[in-house]
Amino acid sequence: MAGSRGRGRSQFSFSVDALGFGRGDCLPSSAHTPSPLYPPMQFRPVPLHTGEEVDYMLALKQELRASSKNLPFHIKAARTKTDVARYSDKYQNGETKNNCIEWSPDWSRMPKELCIKVRKPRKTVIGAKPQLTRKPKAAAGKEEVLQKLEKREEEQHSEEEEDEEKKKQNEEEPDADEDYDEEELEDETDYIMSYFDNGEDFGADSEDNMDEAVY
Amino acid sequence: MTTQEVRLCGLLLQEHFGNVVEKVGTHLIRSGVLTLRALAHETKLPLDLVKKSLCVLVQHGMCTFGAGRRGPAGPVEYRINCEHVFHMLRYPRYIYTAKSLYGDTGELIVEEILQRGHMTMSSTVKTVADRLTHNMPEGQSMDYSEVVSVFSQLVETHFLQRCPPLASAGSSSSGAVDTPLPVATQPTEPESHPDCYKLPYINLTGQGKRRRSSEDGEADQCCGDDDGIYWQVNFQRFHLHFRDQAIISAVSCKLDQSSSEIVRTMLRMSEVTTPAHAAFTQALSANEIFRALLSSYNIARPILDQYLSLLVDDPMEFVGKTGDSGGGMYVVNLHRALANLARATLESVVQERFGSRSARIFRLLLRKRHLEQKQVEDFAMIPAKEAKDMLYKLLSENLVQLQEIPKTPDYAPSRTFYLYTVNQLPTARLLLQHCYKTVGNLIERRLYETKENKRLLEKSQRIEAILASLQATGAEAAQLTEVEEMITVPERQQLESLRHHINKLDSSENQVDETIFLLKSYINSTQASL
Repeated sequence: MAGSRGRGRSQFSFSVDALGFGRGDCLPSSAHTPSPLYPPMQFRPVPLHTGEEVDYMLALKQELRASSKNLPFHIKAARTKTDVARYSDKYQNGETKNNCIEWSPDWSRMPKELCIKVRKPRKTVIGAKPQLTRKPKAAAGKEEVLQKLEKREEEQHSEEEEDEEKKKQNEEEPDADEDYDEEELEDETDYIMSYFDNGEDFGADSEDNMDEAVY
Repeated sequence: MTTQEVRLCGLLLQEHFGNVVEKVGTHLIRSGVLTLRALAHETKLPLDLVKKSLCVLVQHGMCTFGAGRRGPAGPVEYRINCEHVFHMLRYPRYIYTAKSLYGDTGELIVEEILQRGHMTMSSTVKTVADRLTHNMPEGQSMDYSEVVSVFSQLVETHFLQRCPPLASAGSSSSGAVDTPLPVATQPTEPESHPDCYKLPYINLTGQGKRRRSSEDGEADQCCGDDDGIYWQVNFQRFHLHFRDQAIISAVSCKLDQSSSEIVRTMLRMSEVTTPAHAAFTQALSANEIFRALLSSYNIARPILDQYLSLLVDDPMEFVGKTGDSGGGMYVVNLHRALANLARATLESVVQERFGSRSARIFRLLLRKRHLEQKQVEDFAMIPAKEAKDMLYKLLSENLVQLQEIPKTPDYAPSRTFYLYTVNQLPTARLLLQHCYKTVGNLIERRLYETKENKRLLEKSQRIEAILASLQATGAEAAQLTEVEEMITVPERQQLESLRHHINKLDSSENQVDETIFLLKSYINSTQASL
């Protein structure tokens, strides 16, 4: 770009007028270090757009981000058990396993080699419960299974914090119901599954983004 | 694929689909095409996880597969479509557009299809009806037919399209059971399919159900009459719509509301007749435009003629006159409008970064093409020393280039002209890369902020959950205040400022994406015309 400018010889072979500086002027000092990581800005940036449209799209963006974490497309590697095998493992809520997929794609549209076992959603008896008793049960269930529902509460409460009208308000409530039922009726024990906390979760989440709070 | 593009793809995949898909996706982008085994081997992930990730990517249309280099008998090869990954940045804009055009129902339809990649019509209708019913007051529910009508409107205006059928490029071996060969299939272009926008005839009656009543969970488990016919969002159509919106708003900024309405009418009339990459719309006569103008605009015929001549004479050249029949034949110059919008973006960037005098120099060079140092000083009316300083600054940022014109065959510096010049297209590409880097930085900063305050966020969410459950069971005010006080005041302030920062970062991402769209459309338009 700058071309053959002197090539390091002390005697400049071109007419310096053509480049716009006089003979005696000192050239700007050459840089000895890489430019700073956050150079000071000469001019302040223009403020962001505001308005109803902007706010709505912002809310949509945050909502999409939160809900995409709950969809089956969000793939998490199964946690390898590092400790000894524990008795409570048998009754733990089915964690994601590597060899099954949580949704059922149309296999005819995918290459055959990608075919993987589809994990049946563990929805146990739901219809038997009458509708009226659901709401207080759900509330009680929420309080007790606070730990497990953190992820879903994130979605619910990030909506509550925003000012715009939301479409999905209580989507987790039925999920909580089903989760609650699932736990209770699972494997004929008398105990609620969430009471078992074998301490594995403590400290194990540091690398995992699973419980990362979503705003 | 540039570094910044790969980085942004990785961040977007991680945000939506998690770390595993991000790892698989970025590796596949960097390598170009890979087979399943090679991918699993190189990423050192278990084969099942790689399979799941590829399923997710194929479902969302971000990954294509096809017969490999060894032909149909060899293993299937996968390739990532980066453009599709970048569209994830623009999802809120698509959804908002659908809402403004077709209301809440349209918004939910587009949102569902975007989140799930592609869906059948029946499953979409059921899910959307359920969601709408959920938000309605007790006793009311959404009828399927209303959702179906909005769906058909979306298809008619080409915002939704059928997923292309897979043309099998090879035949699977008929007898072999021990080593089944993978069927190498290649999805074709969606538009080439004749039934691209044909709605399937399905008998879908019913109403949206509230989730509380007994129902099986997965909506797409139910097989409808239209199994195998999947619908996806037609991004190109949305982009054309955004482009039209940009042109209309530019006209209204430059001239006035009425002229923008005229341009809007012209664009609306030529929506269906203009192909996607056309340089200008079909020629429309002034009589047709007058007839098509909505009466609410209240524009009389002579006024319309005046406006049209004003638009034609405008230096931005949005509208051009191609003939005199029918009261004058007018076209909207799409590519030229995009070029002008891109140019305005570049000038605005220079102005905001380097000041108005540098912007003056930049604009000068854009118009006058090649200028010497002396001429720049004279034309821009800036003192020599400052002009030199600004020029060198722009040069170091690569916004301005130096062109040498030798007088003699040896490029002796004393006998060479050094001319400064600005090329719009390479500068636009440079700015586009800057934009990708910016969005990557914004996302990383947001992740950092969230991570820093993770403990506080979790605590606040726990408190809110407790509050919600207490309220549901009807607790007294004293209990509620007691729980609320568990978050101290400084923590509240910290939370508030965190929320403010994250909102700002998200908003900036949306705004940078608008610039990305503009620059990308301009660059694509120059390539299409080649």
